[in-house]
Amino acid sequence: MKQKTKYHGEIEIQKHEIIHFPFGIPGFLNEKKFVVLQLNEESPFLILQSVQSEQLAFIMTIPFTFFPNYAFDIDENTIEQLHIEDEKDIHVFTILTVHEPFEKTTANLQAPVIINSKEKLGKQVILSNTHYKTKHLLTELVKEEV
Amino acid sequence: MIGDGIEITITAIEGDQVKVGIKAPRHIDIHRKEVYQEIQLENNAASQASLKVLKGIKLNIKNQK
Repeated sequence: MKQKTKYHGEIEIQKHEIIHFPFGIPGFLNEKKFVVLQLNEESPFLILQSVQSEQLAFIMTIPFTFFPNYAFDIDENTIEQLHIEDEKDIHVFTILTVHEPFEKTTANLQAPVIINSKEKLGKQVILSNTHYKTKHLLTELVKEEV
Repeated sequence: MIGDGIEITITAIEGDQVKVGIKAPRHIDIHRKEVYQEIQLENNAASQASLKVLKGIKLNIKNQK
């Protein structure tokens, strides 16, 4: 099926690529269907594109690329809500707030996007009792450039 | 009780501090309002990146090589 996207124009997607977010995401509670797209082949960035709203897309990355020590427990409610049975099915992403210049871009480590790739279910999980914040600089990226 | 499934209890009263307990079914998540609002705000900000800014990301990756 054809899908209009914010950053990739019109693309073809398969039904099985659609991830269902039964609870939407905070600020966008009615957005319940997304696809995960690569930004381009080489980059560590991905796009969480709404299937329902062409102009709604989030830039994400795999947090462990920039924050190798990033760790948290997934609460029981989330395990049940996403029907998680095997940790191999769990994919963790972080939504980035991109700024200009890019070095000012921040990662929301306090609310990772968890996707069960087997069940095609996703949710943005708000970590409780955590030292992680909604804005962490991607400083590792800047260091690698130098 | 709120509806059928949500229960609010007063778990302790200490001086002028009241401790509240909340029980809810597993499909309902509970968060402090200020935490939830911060996530909403951050998501809103994150959703507003423009194509121009994204092209900036592509440039950054090229520069690394």
